[in-house]
Amino acid sequence: MPTVRTGPTLARVLAVAAPAVLAFALLPRVVDLYQTELLIYGFTFAIAALGFNLLLGYTGLLSFGHSAYFGTGAYTVAFIVRDLHVHSMELCILGALASTLIIAALFGYVCVRHTRIFFGILTLALSQVIWSLAFKFFWVTGGTDGIRVPRTGITLLAGLMDFKGSGSYQRFVYSYYYYVLVLFLVAVAIMWVIVHSPFGKALQAIRDNEVRAAFVGVPVRRYRWIAFVISGLFTGLAGALWVPLNGLTTPDILYWPFSGEIVFMTVLGGFRTFTGPIVGAIAFNYLKVYAVASSQYWQLVLGVVLVVLVMVLPSGIVGTLKRLAGKLGRS
Amino acid sequence: MALLQTIDLKRYFGETRAVDNVNLSIEEREFVSLVGPNGAGKTSLINVISALLTPESGRIIFKGEDITHLSVTQRVKAGIARSFQLVNVFDDLTTFDNVALAIFSRQGKIAHLGSLAHLDHEVTHEADAILGQFGLASKRDDSARDLSQGERKLLDVALAYSLRPMLLFLDEPTSGVSTRDKAQIMDTIASVVRAEGITAVIVEHDMDVVFKYSDRIVVMAQGAVLAQGTPDEIRKNEQVAMVLLGSSAPDAFTRKD
Repeated sequence: MPTVRTGPTLARVLAVAAPAVLAFALLPRVVDLYQTELLIYGFTFAIAALGFNLLLGYTGLLSFGHSAYFGTGAYTVAFIVRDLHVHSMELCILGALASTLIIAALFGYVCVRHTRIFFGILTLALSQVIWSLAFKFFWVTGGTDGIRVPRTGITLLAGLMDFKGSGSYQRFVYSYYYYVLVLFLVAVAIMWVIVHSPFGKALQAIRDNEVRAAFVGVPVRRYRWIAFVISGLFTGLAGALWVPLNGLTTPDILYWPFSGEIVFMTVLGGFRTFTGPIVGAIAFNYLKVYAVASSQYWQLVLGVVLVVLVMVLPSGIVGTLKRLAGKLGRS
Repeated sequence: MALLQTIDLKRYFGETRAVDNVNLSIEEREFVSLVGPNGAGKTSLINVISALLTPESGRIIFKGEDITHLSVTQRVKAGIARSFQLVNVFDDLTTFDNVALAIFSRQGKIAHLGSLAHLDHEVTHEADAILGQFGLASKRDDSARDLSQGERKLLDVALAYSLRPMLLFLDEPTSGVSTRDKAQIMDTIASVVRAEGITAVIVEHDMDVVFKYSDRIVVMAQGAVLAQGTPDEIRKNEQVAMVLLGSSAPDAFTRKD
């Protein structure tokens, strides 16, 4: 009876995760305010990409409409703060998750009836419905101006921390960094459990071979739907966390190029690995910020990176590193 | 009462009669071989019974209940499992995960997010036992993609077997496998099936294999059942020899070697 386990044991996972967590926790002491802020953006996008990859990497469905869930999360927070005068970030997050759940369940129900390109086009089309609503109903959504969500309007930890008065910006960035970091770690842990559970294996089985998945008793369409909703929820959480940081939500984050950016992040990091989307999202955020800052042709820079990526590193940053590590280990 | 019964089962592809008014009964614990020339409708019949294809007309009765309109997963739950002619496994999952998934599915535990695949000792134990039965224990942690053709065939069968079905369809479990491996695979399958009292229906071209393992042989041609009987009866049937081998000589099935 073989007793060797090569599956990810808890000890091995912790050996990888613990130094990373420690590094993230200490980073704001080392880097400046601006870098800290960039990292928060990176974490929020990482949560979105992590959710997106449950569909692409694990279920084999390429969604081209994840802007819808990011935007739903973001706009819900904006509505709650502006219209309900609720300031607690925790309540905002719960509200954002609830509204994303509804939208993702509804859209997912329609989309999982199809696969491949038809699935992608449907997700794209439905996300653009949300975008056009935000765009056209300007008396509710502010149109292209969007809705401002000032950091003074929110409180963290059930009102324990607010950000009014002098030096509040700095205070906000450093507190919010740890706030988002903790939620990011929770999201990563939940996703790790999901993809390593029998349910996660069933999703991978559907990805590999949907016919056979049905023949081992996996209800393929229902599981795709559940994966879709979970995926949407992660992305919705990301959108909710992004708003106070950005201070403003506009229809841009509902527009299809933003869906494309989520795809880009995931492919950049490597969609065949668990950590790929995380690394990809953080890397993409830096890439875009520096491309925008250094050149007016920043889209071109991103385009070239994408082409090189697909041609030279199809398995993404993490996938390539893993392969190199594997080679080194053998030689 | 027969375990499975098909009543006037029919499925055409345009003009082609893939399954043409098939009335077939399978008794419990039988080992039945389905034989016939290429295009006789053997695989189509299995596809219709396992819900991969919908019949145009006719009914399928399993354990006394009409299952004609049940979905694939419903039929799996009812106790019908199958393997495939072309290997149909989860390539990117490990051999262990392939089998473990089927066990989780059978036990209705897939949705238990809490039960991590490697932490459920009961399932781990059973999956390892099945891998042992099918001689795949040493390949436990290899991804299915990296197995040899023979091993992949066995894994395909092991997947169906892990569902502990009452009725197991095996569509050419030894196709594309070397002659040496063939005997081994068939011995493995036959011993497992007999030990568990599973009713098996197997599609096979190698008549030596068919005669050796079958309780009953069903001969199909052009979508219809041409003849059925014990290996001895089929061996003596000139019409069958004609269809299968193009020769009506009484010793057509006896290899001259």
